Amino acid sequence: MSKLDVNGRVHEVDADPATPLLYVLREQLGLNAAKFGCGLGQCGACVVIADGEAVYSCLTPISVLEGRKVRTLEGLGSAEKPGPLQRAFIEAQAAQCGYCIPGIMMRAQALLERNPNASEADIRAALQPHLCRCGTHVRILRAVARAGELMRGKS
Amino acid sequence: MNRRDFLQSAGALTVSFALPAWAQKLPGALERYPQLDAWLRIAADGRITVYTGKAELGQGIKTAILQVAAEQLAVEMKSIELITADTAQTPNEGYTAGSNSMKDSATAVMHAAAQAREILLGEAARRFGVSAESLTAQAGEVRAPDGRRIGYAALLEGKALSVRAAPQSKLIRTRNVMGKPISRVDIPAKVTGGAAYVQDLRLPDMLHARVVRPPSYGARLKSVAADSAARMPGVLKIVRDGNFLAVVAGREWQAVQALRELRARAAWDEPRKLPQDIYATLAKLRTEDIVIAPAQPAFAGKVFEAAYTRPYQLHGAIGPACAVARYEKDSLTIWSHAQGMYPLRGAIAELLGLPPERVRCVHMEGAGCYGHNGADDVAADAALIARAMPGRPIRVQWMREDEHAWEPYGPAMMTQVRAALDGSGNVGGWDYGVWSNTHSTRPARAGDLVAGQHVEKAFTPSPPRPLPLPDGGGDRNAIPYYKFPAARVTNHFIPEMPLRVSALRGLGAYMNVFSIESFMDELAAAANADPVEFRLRQLEDPRAREVIQLAAERFGWRSYRKQNGRGRGFAFARYKNHAGYCAVAMEVDAQRETGELRVLRVVAAAESGEAVNPDGIRNQIEGGILQSISWTTFEAAMWNDTRITSRDWSSYPILRFSHVPQTLEVQLIDRPGEPFLGTGEAAQGPTAGALANALAHATGVRVRDLPFNRARLKRAFAA
Repeated sequence: MSKLDVNGRVHEVDADPATPLLYVLREQLGLNAAKFGCGLGQCGACVVIADGEAVYSCLTPISVLEGRKVRTLEGLGSAEKPGPLQRAFIEAQAAQCGYCIPGIMMRAQALLERNPNASEADIRAALQPHLCRCGTHVRILRAVARAGELMRGKS
Repeated sequence: MNRRDFLQSAGALTVSFALPAWAQKLPGALERYPQLDAWLRIAADGRITVYTGKAELGQGIKTAILQVAAEQLAVEMKSIELITADTAQTPNEGYTAGSNSMKDSATAVMHAAAQAREILLGEAARRFGVSAESLTAQAGEVRAPDGRRIGYAALLEGKALSVRAAPQSKLIRTRNVMGKPISRVDIPAKVTGGAAYVQDLRLPDMLHARVVRPPSYGARLKSVAADSAARMPGVLKIVRDGNFLAVVAGREWQAVQALRELRARAAWDEPRKLPQDIYATLAKLRTEDIVIAPAQPAFAGKVFEAAYTRPYQLHGAIGPACAVARYEKDSLTIWSHAQGMYPLRGAIAELLGLPPERVRCVHMEGAGCYGHNGADDVAADAALIARAMPGRPIRVQWMREDEHAWEPYGPAMMTQVRAALDGSGNVGGWDYGVWSNTHSTRPARAGDLVAGQHVEKAFTPSPPRPLPLPDGGGDRNAIPYYKFPAARVTNHFIPEMPLRVSALRGLGAYMNVFSIESFMDELAAAANADPVEFRLRQLEDPRAREVIQLAAERFGWRSYRKQNGRGRGFAFARYKNHAGYCAVAMEVDAQRETGELRVLRVVAAAESGEAVNPDGIRNQIEGGILQSISWTTFEAAMWNDTRITSRDWSSYPILRFSHVPQTLEVQLIDRPGEPFLGTGEAAQGPTAGALANALAHATGVRVRDLPFNRARLKRAFAA
């Protein structure tokens, strides 16, 4: 049994310690947001936050996550009570198919927590490891910038 | 019996019209499914359900269809449940493709809803003893001026609207919901971790499977030592049928590990037959030559010629293909993100030897597809595995290398054009040819599915065929929209397919518009004319002229000052020559030393008839522009003599945030009352043309071969 702290709750997980976090999040914990995209750390669809850092959940075995705080998109709010970043993405309608969006949002969340005044250039640089095939990039950049404003207390 | 008598007949509601309504064409897909209750039902408890045979692909069709239904039924969007493509519930609308969903399905739903409203008003008028004209429909009920009101459900008394649609409807023109940038109904779940995709479907007792795909096209499985994989934790079954090899496990990661073990223990015979110089190969293959514009142009004066190439390009879904299938009691249910549930049902029924009515295909969203990718194939994989494990739902997701190596690519293409300028500097003669494989191998038969070709008793693929105009395939948009005095256009259809190909967003339009719009700029330069003005003076359609003028004006075309290393480019097309209009102007920066090309700024103008959701159209045009910048700048599938070598995102690079333009502006022209035109694919061609023209303007070098990657541009600049 491994202990995993996800979105503030500690879970006892019955899985091989070498199992990448992604599969445990999706299968054992029933969380949808982190997505399988490439299994290679090339696309960013699986990105979640561990102790404030964006990590590829498709490559990170659960054994290295004991004692670290994992956060997923589900931890930022819900459809009924969306958090600032989620509100900003809805406001900007920053999705088409949306498959890449949860990973991008978690990378953005980690950035904005570190630097709520992140400039557009900062946001672009942070999101460079992420692919979006629908071409929603411009809306994503707008949404992340807007989320920074919301987090800084601008309505 | 007249329209107002419909409630008097016993049982189902039926009505016929005094006029032979069926003699006239019905709007949109009502032509194929003329009964109103195929599209719309109002239950006894007041619940409203709308049915569409089209599928949400991330393009926002659910929201747009709910908008037209809500407007015409005079109810709130949230009071309507929308059922999308499902062979057990919805009309068969073929594929969600070709930018046809608004034209076909939303048009049908709009008219069905408007006619249902009129029927409800008529019935209320009969009950109240007043004229229908004095009544209003609002918030799910009919209201009379004297305060009397009655709900839709009470008027229908639980009966279905078994009414044949009329050719004309009284459409509500208030635009309370239609024409508004309503927020997409699917986005909240997508940004909060809700269950939004077939990848998120978890059924009780569900198992996970992976397929060991052959390493190359045509490879044969010589032997496999499956014992070691079979003994791995959680592994429940190894499924082998000819060259089809799969593993089933209790957990997904166990299935992935077993896949790797099994792959390492499989020995394959691989044919070495992939051609190296693809354009030389295509040029030698037999063609069927179809003259699609038969004029015999004269080539007086100065004659210009050019030839263009486009490589194989991937759909490249970010989420690899996925399906869930359950086989029990000789029946199969599949949850799939493929674009055509009914065609998929036919192909899978044949694959499994089941009658089609024993197969149900239910659409659920997947990652964006942009055409025919691996979605159908993974559904077939899941079906074969589910049959081997009856009673247990089987979830199959492809690995990244499966998606890259096995999806059918957008075909490599070649075009050649020859034109003469007349005395006034306009195009006199024009002769254009396009060489291409088919642009659709969508599954009609079991042999069109990868698994159908890999099983022991392999099925034969459907013969490749050119797609007919006016939509066309390789020849989509091959006929110029400009008014040239004599244009000859020939579609050189190549039946033999060296690589697996099928429909990729825009089909031939991407390459044909790239070619035509590149050449228009070359001719404009020869005529010493401004590229925008050169286009305008040879275009009659006022709607085309308006998008061109708007894009040029917003870009600041006339006042543009060229800087060193930078340039501007313009292009236009009307998608399929009968759908949405799109003009694109852009500025690029090209580095001669490195071959680095960046798009700095884009202004587009688009028109798609009546805009049901203006923000949805903008989102599609923006996405189309960025995706086309990616195709045009970076993308080409690679292979050696045996295997596809583009197997991940490092061997098939696409656009990243560093190459996203600094600004991207979409101007939308709305034409309320005009028919809906398709939008989803309208930007692909004009973006490529504008990029080619901007590159030429920036550097003085005309590049006619796609993509404009650094290696090619460095060579071109050095030449």
